[in-house]
Amino acid sequence: MHNSKVNTVLFVGVGGQGIILASDIFSEVMLRAGFDIKKSEVHGMAQRGGCVSSHVRYGEKVFSPLANKGDVDILVSFERMETLRYIDYLNVESAVVINDEEVFPPSVNLGDEPYPADITGFVQRHFQRVKILKATDMARNAGDARMANTVMLGTLSAFSEVDESYWKEVLREMLPKHLVRNNIAAFDSGRRI
Amino acid sequence: MNQLMSGNEAIARGAYEWGVTFAAAYPGTPSTEITQEFSRYDGVYAEWSPNEKIALEAAIGAALAGADAMAVMKHVGVNVAADPLFTVSYTGTNGGLVIVAADDPSMHSSQNEQDSRHYARAAKIPMLEPADSDEARRFIKAAFALSRRFDTPVFLRSTTRVSHSKSVVAPEEPDARRETRQYVKDPAKYVMVPGMARGRRVVVQERMSALRDFAESFAENVMELNGNEAGIITAGMTYNYAREACPDYSFLKLGMVHPLPEKMIREFASKVKKLYVVEELDPFIEEQVRAMGIEVTGKELFPYNNEFDPGIIERSITGKSRAFAVPDLPGLPDRPPNLCPGCPHRGLFYVLGKLGVFVTGDIGCYTLSFMKPLEGLDSCICMGASIGMAHGMSKTLGRGDAVVGVIGDSTFVHSGIASLLNLAYNRSNAVIVICDNRTTAMTGMQDHPGTGVTLQGQTTKKLDFEALARALGIDNVRVINPFDLKETRTVLKEELASDGPSLIVARGACALLKSKESPKKPPLMVDVDRCIGCKLCLDVGCPAISWRPFDSLPPGSTVSKRRRKQEGIALIDVSVCNGCGVCQQLCKPGAIVEVETHA
Repeated sequence: MHNSKVNTVLFVGVGGQGIILASDIFSEVMLRAGFDIKKSEVHGMAQRGGCVSSHVRYGEKVFSPLANKGDVDILVSFERMETLRYIDYLNVESAVVINDEEVFPPSVNLGDEPYPADITGFVQRHFQRVKILKATDMARNAGDARMANTVMLGTLSAFSEVDESYWKEVLREMLPKHLVRNNIAAFDSGRRI
Repeated sequence: MNQLMSGNEAIARGAYEWGVTFAAAYPGTPSTEITQEFSRYDGVYAEWSPNEKIALEAAIGAALAGADAMAVMKHVGVNVAADPLFTVSYTGTNGGLVIVAADDPSMHSSQNEQDSRHYARAAKIPMLEPADSDEARRFIKAAFALSRRFDTPVFLRSTTRVSHSKSVVAPEEPDARRETRQYVKDPAKYVMVPGMARGRRVVVQERMSALRDFAESFAENVMELNGNEAGIITAGMTYNYAREACPDYSFLKLGMVHPLPEKMIREFASKVKKLYVVEELDPFIEEQVRAMGIEVTGKELFPYNNEFDPGIIERSITGKSRAFAVPDLPGLPDRPPNLCPGCPHRGLFYVLGKLGVFVTGDIGCYTLSFMKPLEGLDSCICMGASIGMAHGMSKTLGRGDAVVGVIGDSTFVHSGIASLLNLAYNRSNAVIVICDNRTTAMTGMQDHPGTGVTLQGQTTKKLDFEALARALGIDNVRVINPFDLKETRTVLKEELASDGPSLIVARGACALLKSKESPKKPPLMVDVDRCIGCKLCLDVGCPAISWRPFDSLPPGSTVSKRRRKQEGIALIDVSVCNGCGVCQQLCKPGAIVEVETHA
């Protein structure tokens, strides 16, 4: 019952981190590389500060825009704790990319609950292919902390069979002209991880 | 060239390709972007109407005048539009008329999970349901073709997962301009008094019969035969989930979910040993298949509630889940959506929570203020319910128990005006607050009559809430700044004590609205040498403010206790704070200061 030809990348994090844009850029790269694409996330409600997830699935023919649990090939997590919320979508062979940054939920802000400790250690114990980076700091070094999503795309690109030139072409076309140079630098720094 | 489009973008594209020239809607997740996207095409007229009933009536008028017109709404919007819906089925449409209804299984952004397919059956209107974006583009055109051919309104049903998923679309050039049908006066067709409605009722029955025949040959009802062991009847997004979960099964994929193609279903059932119906929400297809005398498995396996995914279908059939189980996974704090930093609702609902009154709420971002720590809202049923409920509660409880109804500006326009009139006419003591943030915030900043700008960017007459309230017969009309806690508390108390109905307009622009009405203010920060750790600022539940116990501060921190019992300090994330100043008004030692001032 497993359709092995479909690949899934799951982007997760917190509202306002640029997750939807990153998954849009990734989808466009895969479209240009010749794949069928389905992509899905949830809009609506005041998503600010809430959980955000975006499934991108590509292959020769994709039916479902949502992945089955256990089927995600790469989890790209923009916030440390959010990584754990989607563990059931992974399998032992999944790759995990984590932005090692924390955004406190209200209960932690109010001091009612602790922020879970040693998340990266936990992920490294359970998965072989893990990349942990300080994407926000790296983006700041490239010119603007808001480009953390581009840094994450750079790291994701290193897992992909699709040539780097497709990624950069899409970045150049989808981003405002004056932001392209810094975003390419941010992408490169992520790709080197 | 192939493009990635959301289902909503694709519906707009298809409508444009067909030559639709008129669209009316009220914003509602997950349907909002359809009308927004459509409004940007050349040569079309599109509007935000005050509510879905008015949107449908406007679209009916445009269709009677000969245009191809659509009314777009979320599932609960169909309830509002139900009155004209059931009778336009009798009159027919002249031009094409399509009602796009977007359901929200799992209630991602809705107050209930109703299944719009029942409306198609109840109102005797055909309904098409696409499974992805390119189908959405094609099916809206098929819906208009059907509407013109059978002189009937047609439903296009979407769900959140169709509307908000992106998939590959092959756009086509717009059709050659279609001839506009002339309007002809025809009272027997358009004046639905009993004598004439009885005649049209027969026409409706004949039309449904003709549509049943049409369904048998409709090209979007597709049989995919793949062995005779098991077959699935399904429609819409669920097809994709089932197709992926059960690649070895045969499928009958219905593009038209009402009326059903009975002969086709019988033929499909005869070709498989085991027959399933897989559908989200209600057993709409299943019950009809069973009524045909066909043995079928459905809701005894598949859930009634929430949207599906491939895993749910696989698990329902096989009893097995492939979810990755990690035994030592730590428990995770929830991350509920929250009012934004600088939200004008925060100050108002902080005060309402502290006043201890019963607050009837409504549909909007402010509904989130029922949560800790604000706890300033006690009910939420539907658009406009706050005012009617506050009136009824106030009449029942009498003078001693205070009731406040709160409603957003756009929601007030949608369905609060007549309820406010009721308050004035039947005289209750309820206090109504319009949370006037100058936009339809929750669906993404749409204009409405109170903003004075139309969907297509025209400046227009701006609705004056205060003048309207006075005209309706409300004597006590006040305007407050909800960022000012003292003023908000004082005016609310005065109006709660006053006789007769009151209307308070709490006017403060949405924090996400980039306009002259919300000039950017410098962010605030905590002066750690002045913070006494009283935690009062945490009571407003602002995402920018966090509590740091002393033991969590980085080593080498020079922060010291100012009170013997102090356990930590509050911190403000200056990159998130927008300087609204609500927390500052609660800080007795004056530890919350402007970043610039301090530096």
